[in-house]
Amino acid sequence: MSEQRPDPDKLLAEVQQAEQRVARGRLKIFFGMAAGVGKTYAMLEAARARQAEGLDVVVGWVETHGRAETEALTVGLERLPPRQVTYRGVTLAEFDLDAALARHPQLIIVDELAHTNAPGSRHAKRWQDIEELLSVGIDVYTTLNVQHIESLNDVVAQITGIVVRETVPDQVIDQADEIELIDLSPDELLQRLREGKVYLPQQAAHALRHFFRKGNLIALRELALRHIADRVDLQMQDYMRDHAIPHTWPTTERIMVGVGTGPGAARLVRAARRMASTLRAQWLVAYVETPARHSPAERERVMRTLRLAEQLGGESVTLTGHDVATTLVTYARRRNVTKLILGKPRAPHWRELVRASVASRVLRCSGDIDVYLIAEQEDEEAPPGRFGVRPSSGASAYWRALAVVALCTLLVAAVDRWYPAIADANLVMAYLLGVTFVATRYGRGPSILASLVSVLAFDFFFVAPHLSFAVSDTQYLITFAVMLLVALVISTLTVRVRRQAQAAIERAERTAALYALSRELARVRGQASMIEAAVRHISTTFDARVAILLNDEQGHLELQAVGDPTLVREPSELGVAQWVAQHGEVAGLGTQTLGGAHALYLPLRAAQRVLGVVAVCPRIAWRLFEPEQYHLLETFIHLTASALERARLAVEAEQARVQIETERQRSSLLSAISHDLCTPLATITGAATSLLDTQTILDQATRRDLLQAIAEEAERLTRLVRNLLDITKLESGAITVRKEWQPLEEVIGAALTRLSTALQGRTVLVDVPATLPLVPIDSVLIEQVLLNLLENALKYTPSEAPITIRARSQERSILVEVADQGPGLPPGAETRVFEKFYRGDPHQPGRGAGLGLAICAAIVRAHGGTISAISQPGGGARFQFTLPLDGTPPPLIATPDEPGGTATT
Amino acid sequence: MNGQSPRILIIEDEPQIRRFLRATLAAHGYQALEASSAEQGLRDAARYLPDLVILDLGLPDADGLEVTHRLREWSSVPIIVLSARGQEQDKVAALDQGADDYLTKPFGMGELLARIRVALRHATQAQASTHPVFEVDGLQVDLAARRVWLHGREIHLTPIEYKLLAVLVRYAGKVVTHRQLLREVWGPAYEQETHYVRVYMAQLRQKLEDDSARPTYLITEPGVGYRMREGQS
Repeated sequence: MSEQRPDPDKLLAEVQQAEQRVARGRLKIFFGMAAGVGKTYAMLEAARARQAEGLDVVVGWVETHGRAETEALTVGLERLPPRQVTYRGVTLAEFDLDAALARHPQLIIVDELAHTNAPGSRHAKRWQDIEELLSVGIDVYTTLNVQHIESLNDVVAQITGIVVRETVPDQVIDQADEIELIDLSPDELLQRLREGKVYLPQQAAHALRHFFRKGNLIALRELALRHIADRVDLQMQDYMRDHAIPHTWPTTERIMVGVGTGPGAARLVRAARRMASTLRAQWLVAYVETPARHSPAERERVMRTLRLAEQLGGESVTLTGHDVATTLVTYARRRNVTKLILGKPRAPHWRELVRASVASRVLRCSGDIDVYLIAEQEDEEAPPGRFGVRPSSGASAYWRALAVVALCTLLVAAVDRWYPAIADANLVMAYLLGVTFVATRYGRGPSILASLVSVLAFDFFFVAPHLSFAVSDTQYLITFAVMLLVALVISTLTVRVRRQAQAAIERAERTAALYALSRELARVRGQASMIEAAVRHISTTFDARVAILLNDEQGHLELQAVGDPTLVREPSELGVAQWVAQHGEVAGLGTQTLGGAHALYLPLRAAQRVLGVVAVCPRIAWRLFEPEQYHLLETFIHLTASALERARLAVEAEQARVQIETERQRSSLLSAISHDLCTPLATITGAATSLLDTQTILDQATRRDLLQAIAEEAERLTRLVRNLLDITKLESGAITVRKEWQPLEEVIGAALTRLSTALQGRTVLVDVPATLPLVPIDSVLIEQVLLNLLENALKYTPSEAPITIRARSQERSILVEVADQGPGLPPGAETRVFEKFYRGDPHQPGRGAGLGLAICAAIVRAHGGTISAISQPGGGARFQFTLPLDGTPPPLIATPDEPGGTATT
Repeated sequence: MNGQSPRILIIEDEPQIRRFLRATLAAHGYQALEASSAEQGLRDAARYLPDLVILDLGLPDADGLEVTHRLREWSSVPIIVLSARGQEQDKVAALDQGADDYLTKPFGMGELLARIRVALRHATQAQASTHPVFEVDGLQVDLAARRVWLHGREIHLTPIEYKLLAVLVRYAGKVVTHRQLLREVWGPAYEQETHYVRVYMAQLRQKLEDDSARPTYLITEPGVGYRMREGQS
């Protein structure tokens, strides 16, 4: 593929990277082949130069190794005091990340990029501290030796024979904005060492004998120089591409490493990384999970290998298949892999004849994919697994196998006794049956034991000479061999079938668990029930205590945990959760960041932001960290996050819809109100101006008519404005209900008195029993309710139709009813009549603004009562409302001069 | 009232309201004085010694309650307060401070003139002796003999009922707040027990009104108190 013009996607990615770098701090690494070449010295000199240029420079951590000339350079630079960490009784000084973040200088000096922090620090490694500094926009100067580069780690170990554990992922180094090589010839370095300029004398002697041998130094120097040269080369290529310099480019390479459970897998991964960076290729690491059982140590090794791959910037995948070779090749083809890296088979040649190794089978079917075989040298053995050992199965299976053989022997003995004519070959069949049974039931080991014991028993009891192991006839040897082979074949097959079945069951369980979660997440509504479902499913599937903390709108973690709140009660645990919420990365138990935590913290990541944090504290830790379980957990978290995001978006969409609806309603309300306001104003203005006009001659009757119109319209306007004010006050809660115990009749009386003019000529029946108890109400508001209901009845019924006001005592409340005998309500209007601005017939003139009943409903609700409208079958509408009888009515104590009263004055 | 037409001081910040009040009052033979702020109102009250004050509760420079209070410190001039709707508490407070009556805006001029008449009459009666027999539309109350007749039939009232009726009759035509009634009938210790008044009022209505749900003598002023219909003299 020739790139005549820059690929827009690549350029965009670079621009984005550049933009990110603007916000991020710049990282400069002073790089050398070994200690003592003068990295720290060069770094401090550079820092002084920056300070002289006016930059705010702080020394966060510097390792002077007691060298006076280096120490002298720190004078005049601000130094952050180190953090004191007590670990197992020893006080260690560490770089204080929080102080550095708080101080927030423009440039900070943090020596020794590869340093491992004391246990209990926030991050396991110093490079993670530096990442955090960079992420908040602080520039960092640091130092690094070549042997600490992760992908060169094994090469260095090969050269020097010393395994360096403090490594820095290549990605960190690749992302450095600047790398300055500090070079010194090996002879000069050795000279400095001897002069005691690098280490103290006794340390120096030790170092000279081991690490600082001249051969080592030459090799390390070459490594360092080559690494820098590679980088320069890449920069050159970048430059050429950016400027579209015509050149033939290699086709896009993709490298895949197939790793197994062997201890050399890490080496394969590193090799792949080196190859990938030289070829500028994407790379991935694949592990094929087969039905075969693996020991916990093997599983943990796989997990570590995959994690290492991710740390080195590769992609890790776990595939499932029965045959490793075909699964690998199929996946490689699907991903357009051009180079496949595998470990060299280590099995002896004869095994290869019996059963081809993965590598040779891949070689046969890989077609056009290049296959690289790399010697799987034993890597440094990892420290003993942190997660206990899986319990082994009992020995009872072996005893059972022996019992089966004994049973067979008895059977054969019985047959032999009664039918001595039966050939020995047929007697052997009984043993074969027993061995087959054991193989199917108890697995390989017991079946091998069974076949051995069977052969021995047969020989002992039934082959002449009887009751001895001597074999007189050699042809029985064939019988033994066949029996053993049959036992092995059957047990192997059975074991394999059972393992496949087991694996299938486990897969089915995982799928079922996933399905159950996704179904429930799809079914439930609302964030709270989703989180609740997620907590429940995660805790049952992974046998763990689970808590979920959510971020609020501002991105701060809400302290209210759903699930098991005891998990995050301790401030230290909460701190981890907050860190995860802020950075959107996994931390806590079993990870490199804040690994001392009791629980594993995973971010609930959505497209734009971190929604929250899931804390998982498994009962048995190693089980959670099995690759398939861990991936399942990640899938669970992912599923939960996307469900939450979906819920959030749904809520937002609903809010938008409601807002549009409200907006629409508001504009229709506005037009209704403005119409209702303008009509009376038009009448008043018209009438008043014609009365004022001296040109218009009006007779007395007309003048009176116009004045009457003004008064009536003013009255109408008053009512409308009053209603508008009332509904606004009621809805905004500006009206306080002042309840006082009083007879309802008095309020009814007040309403009737106020409406006496309008009610003239109407029959109003008041049916209130004298025994009706006092009600706690706000008389002004309830009078308003009655007024509105009466006005409503007057408006919508013919003038001769009677109106009834009824009140009844109910249990704990009083029911009040205003009934008319008008046309009743239109169907379906029973609830709508209480809506604001609802009018029976909007086109009929002279009707109200549709507020009266809405005000009634608001007042009744404010009293804690209910209101309803009923259309009567025989015509007429009934409006009913209840007033709760809360509390006890106040006692009517006898008063001074009342008969029987106690005299108090 | 020294033979001249009564002087009425209007303390109201809205010029349009002052304008129609002044016109109508003048047309009814009253002499109208205007003040647009509380400060000016208090000054004018002291200077011109009006026979009645119409006071808006919503003045910009001072609380209407404050004005009532300060007027009552030295004068017993009848005060009619004007208030907006929903200011029930302010109205009651003003009445308890000593205001004589209230009107809710918007109001008809007929109503205002009736209130002014009642207030002015009570003011003059306070100086002269109170009429011993109150009579309105078939109801007779003899305050000296403590006897009540309805359509010529004597009605027997309990002492509390009678005391309640007597207080209302004394202020006939004027609103009397719950608190005022409680203080005068039961004593100052019972000022909060509004349900006493309401219960005895209901009993009184049972005895005096034809239809207690539609009272004609004892009118309810919701949230404020009661008013006895104005007597015929």
